[in-house]
Amino acid sequence: MHEEHHEVLPQHLHHFATEEQQRETGTFGMWLFLLTEIMFFGGLFFSYLLFRNWYYDAFVAASNQLSIPLGATNTAVLITSGFCMAVGVWAAEVRKQSLLVIMLILTTFFGLVFIGIKYVEYHEKWEKHHIPGAHFDVSEFVHPGDYGLKEKPLAPDMAEKTQVFFFLYFAMTGMHALHMIIGIGLLVWLILRAHRGAFSSGYVAPIENFGLYWHFVDIVWLFLFPLLYLINRHPLK
Amino acid sequence: MSEHHEYHDPANVINPEHAEHHIVTPLQYTYVFGTLLLFTGITVLAANIDLGVFNPIIALGIASFKAVVVILFFMHVKYQSRLIKLTVGAGFFTFLALVTMTLLDYISRAWGLW
Repeated sequence: MHEEHHEVLPQHLHHFATEEQQRETGTFGMWLFLLTEIMFFGGLFFSYLLFRNWYYDAFVAASNQLSIPLGATNTAVLITSGFCMAVGVWAAEVRKQSLLVIMLILTTFFGLVFIGIKYVEYHEKWEKHHIPGAHFDVSEFVHPGDYGLKEKPLAPDMAEKTQVFFFLYFAMTGMHALHMIIGIGLLVWLILRAHRGAFSSGYVAPIENFGLYWHFVDIVWLFLFPLLYLINRHPLK
Repeated sequence: MSEHHEYHDPANVINPEHAEHHIVTPLQYTYVFGTLLLFTGITVLAANIDLGVFNPIIALGIASFKAVVVILFFMHVKYQSRLIKLTVGAGFFTFLALVTMTLLDYISRAWGLW
């Protein structure tokens, strides 16, 4: 019963007993890598947990500087790119080459939109002197009324702690954006290979495993968005 | 033979061991997509309501639900072997252990802000 289907599959390497085992091993290895990524981002998330509790007022004031429409749009953009990637994996599984290429291109497009919106947000922080360091300006937090904000004014020492929030904001979203850029680079390579038909004869492992990476980066953002943008948004009493 | 006969696979490349191999359909992906967008909207709305200490709990709860949905369906884990499911679970368990132990360290200090 096994012999009738005994064909040498082109991607099957000799040290694996079957192609199925090879594929499973690849998926397992990719998940192990993603676990290391969980630990990596996890350290930053822990720092966030600690400092948000220690300097809550500063975190509230700093978080309210972020734009919810831009952040929510970015969340929707990433979810859409994840959907396109998932459909791309399906296209590879059922061997629809042109659909696979289109879906990979769309995934890349939405990834680039995300990076573009991130650039707009970062630029605004640069303009307002909210990048931590020598040129950080706390006046918007000590005298919010002067800037037309309805925030509670912070004492100067607590206002300095907004730098901690912004440090974590840039570290976490910056590291996330770096992962997105690496992913976009890999996508370009996959698009070229898919266009040449590398994934149209049943060899879907690179597409599937890249999909795992892309969805993981999406999940990191799904946590970053509420934690950074939505700390305390109900109107002041 | 392959039970997905509507997808032509003459060399049985996808399923040489005749193991269960579920192909998630674009329709299922569309449901997941809609769910994710819906809960993104809910989390933004919930952030605008004062629920006291429950605001972060709800925000994290919704984010976790979205992550689980992405993991199970977009990343296919629901249809994978026990090895993969165990690996994913072990990863999140280890992360929780690291966070808990580090928190214990900070909370039990005589100095510091706690």
